[in-house]
Amino acid sequence: MAEIHLKNLAHSYLSRPSGPKDYALKKIDHVWEDGKAYALLGPSGCGKSTLLNIISGLLTPSEGQVLFDGEDVSRLPTEQRSIAQVFQFPVVYDTMSVYDNLAFPLRNRGHDEQTVKTRVNDIAEMLELTAELHQKARGLTADAKQKISLGRGLVRHRVAAILFDEPLTVIDPHLKWMLRMQLKALHKKLNRTMIYVTHDQTEALTFADQVVVMYDGDVVQMGTPQDLFERPQHTFVGYFIGSPGMNVLPAHVDGDEAYVEGCTIPLGQGYRGLSGSNVEIGVRPEFARLTNGREGLPVTVKRVEDIGRMKIVRADFFGREVNVTVPDGVPISPDANRIVFDPARVNIYADSWIVNGEAA
Amino acid sequence: MMDKPFNNKAWLMVLPVVLLVAFSAVIPLMTVVNYSVQDTFGNNQFFWAGLEWYAELISSARFQDALVRQFVFTAIILSIEIPLGIFIALHMPKRGIGASISLVLMALPLLIPWNVVGTIWQIFGRVDIGLLGATMDAIGVDYNYTQNIFDAWLTIIVMDVWHWTSLVALLCYAGLQSIPDAYFQAAKIDGASRWAVFRYIELPKMHRVLLIAFLLRFMDSFMIYTEPFVVTGGGPGNSTTLLSLDLVKMAIGQFDLGPAAAFSIIYFLIILLLSWVFYTAMTNYDKGEAK
Repeated sequence: MAEIHLKNLAHSYLSRPSGPKDYALKKIDHVWEDGKAYALLGPSGCGKSTLLNIISGLLTPSEGQVLFDGEDVSRLPTEQRSIAQVFQFPVVYDTMSVYDNLAFPLRNRGHDEQTVKTRVNDIAEMLELTAELHQKARGLTADAKQKISLGRGLVRHRVAAILFDEPLTVIDPHLKWMLRMQLKALHKKLNRTMIYVTHDQTEALTFADQVVVMYDGDVVQMGTPQDLFERPQHTFVGYFIGSPGMNVLPAHVDGDEAYVEGCTIPLGQGYRGLSGSNVEIGVRPEFARLTNGREGLPVTVKRVEDIGRMKIVRADFFGREVNVTVPDGVPISPDANRIVFDPARVNIYADSWIVNGEAA
Repeated sequence: MMDKPFNNKAWLMVLPVVLLVAFSAVIPLMTVVNYSVQDTFGNNQFFWAGLEWYAELISSARFQDALVRQFVFTAIILSIEIPLGIFIALHMPKRGIGASISLVLMALPLLIPWNVVGTIWQIFGRVDIGLLGATMDAIGVDYNYTQNIFDAWLTIIVMDVWHWTSLVALLCYAGLQSIPDAYFQAAKIDGASRWAVFRYIELPKMHRVLLIAFLLRFMDSFMIYTEPFVVTGGGPGNSTTLLSLDLVKMAIGQFDLGPAAAFSIIYFLIILLLSWVFYTAMTNYDKGEAK
């Protein structure tokens, strides 16, 4: 177990990177606490796998250091770091039995058979693999194989972190949910640092204590699922988390009011000096309301999607789409033509990054 | 219960295949079978001989010797080419320009026609003008494949290894390339040694292509004719007269139609039988592993 410190870490696959564009991973400095569950969330190609491979040691960072409990491991090969990794496609040693698969990392490290037996049996029990222990690993289902991959990591003592690289990609949907719950329970029980790479927000939000959102090689936000929902630090986080994503509209902000297409939107806080940059407002559909009064933005409702526990109203505002969610059971008036935002929930972004206001 | 529709006209659908197989395999084979059970003294007059030719051939020292030579030859080249092919495949670059270059180089020997391979080695090994033979002679090694039995065998074995190891290597290389990187990364994390990676990842993943490589090399080497014919002509004496060389001598050299036909049938059955044995043994092993 260990605390992971990514110290001024950056990586470029090119030998002489000339600008920020050449970096697959832009400079970050984060401390990941011991025993927590982290999710690395982002679209394909955002650098999350690069970061994961740097932590696991499959990739040597071109700049900066990785510290496990203060010890620099950036140049240590994978096998000398105490990490475990579960890959996207299940990796099992086909010709071996489940038992031998789980025993493999221990035998490679020269543990005696008695220790191997105790550890393997413990882990098999924990992962509910005891019944399959003496079967060949080859014939098992994908979810059992993923459990074996995980087990090969858990069986070792003193694993600093367990890394997951989109581990549920090939698992059937109904098993995905179960396996995720098992992982979560396992995390509570073992209290080991877990890092989980995914591009599925539900997976990330349900699994992790802290979600690290990456975009274009940058960590744009690191926070609890609630932080990501309520105060997205970057418009990308707003789009990416939540379904539908945050409404983002270009605006002019002055004091505690924003002006969009000539309409005034009251803000919960005051802002100053935002004239020069590219300013946008961001409001989650959950914090918008449909009315037919005089206030708010004039819109035309285009369609209503009923997704069960709520309805999504897609409205048109001067050619831009604005979404509003309406909880199930709340009627939608047929002549609704205005949208009102909850002033406290309107976030202001300058050049895509959030701006903190002052109490008005 | 639903009635299954039956329509005997559907049998017509297999007619093209039946015709193709009949003309390409069954009819030619049957003419050989026909010769093998008859005797002739010319004038297109044939007499029923039953299984006499078979009995005579199987008990003849000539056939038995050729068969033993054939088995020895095939065993030797398989035990060299399979491990060597695996070894080469493991050391070929996996990507980049090096991969393309090595693939082209490896494919080269496979593109050369059999008789040209024979000619190349026939000249290469000649003591008077061949690069290999003359060099050996110059440094004082007594090498002459036309007179020394050991040298003759050495030459045709080295020639076959040179010609066909590439095939095994390329097949294994394809098998290796299909292993996802995650396996090697997982093995690193598990602290596996190089040998363990080979034994538990690479070999199991190559095992299907190895089966194909083994069968192809077995069948091909068992039927080898052109190269030893060009290089040694079966000599010195009969020392490199493998089955096919012997068969051709009998059928064309001596024009013994009956015995040669019986020879062909036995030869064919041996290859068929052994291929079937290898194939079932290896696929059963495969099934056993899956349990």
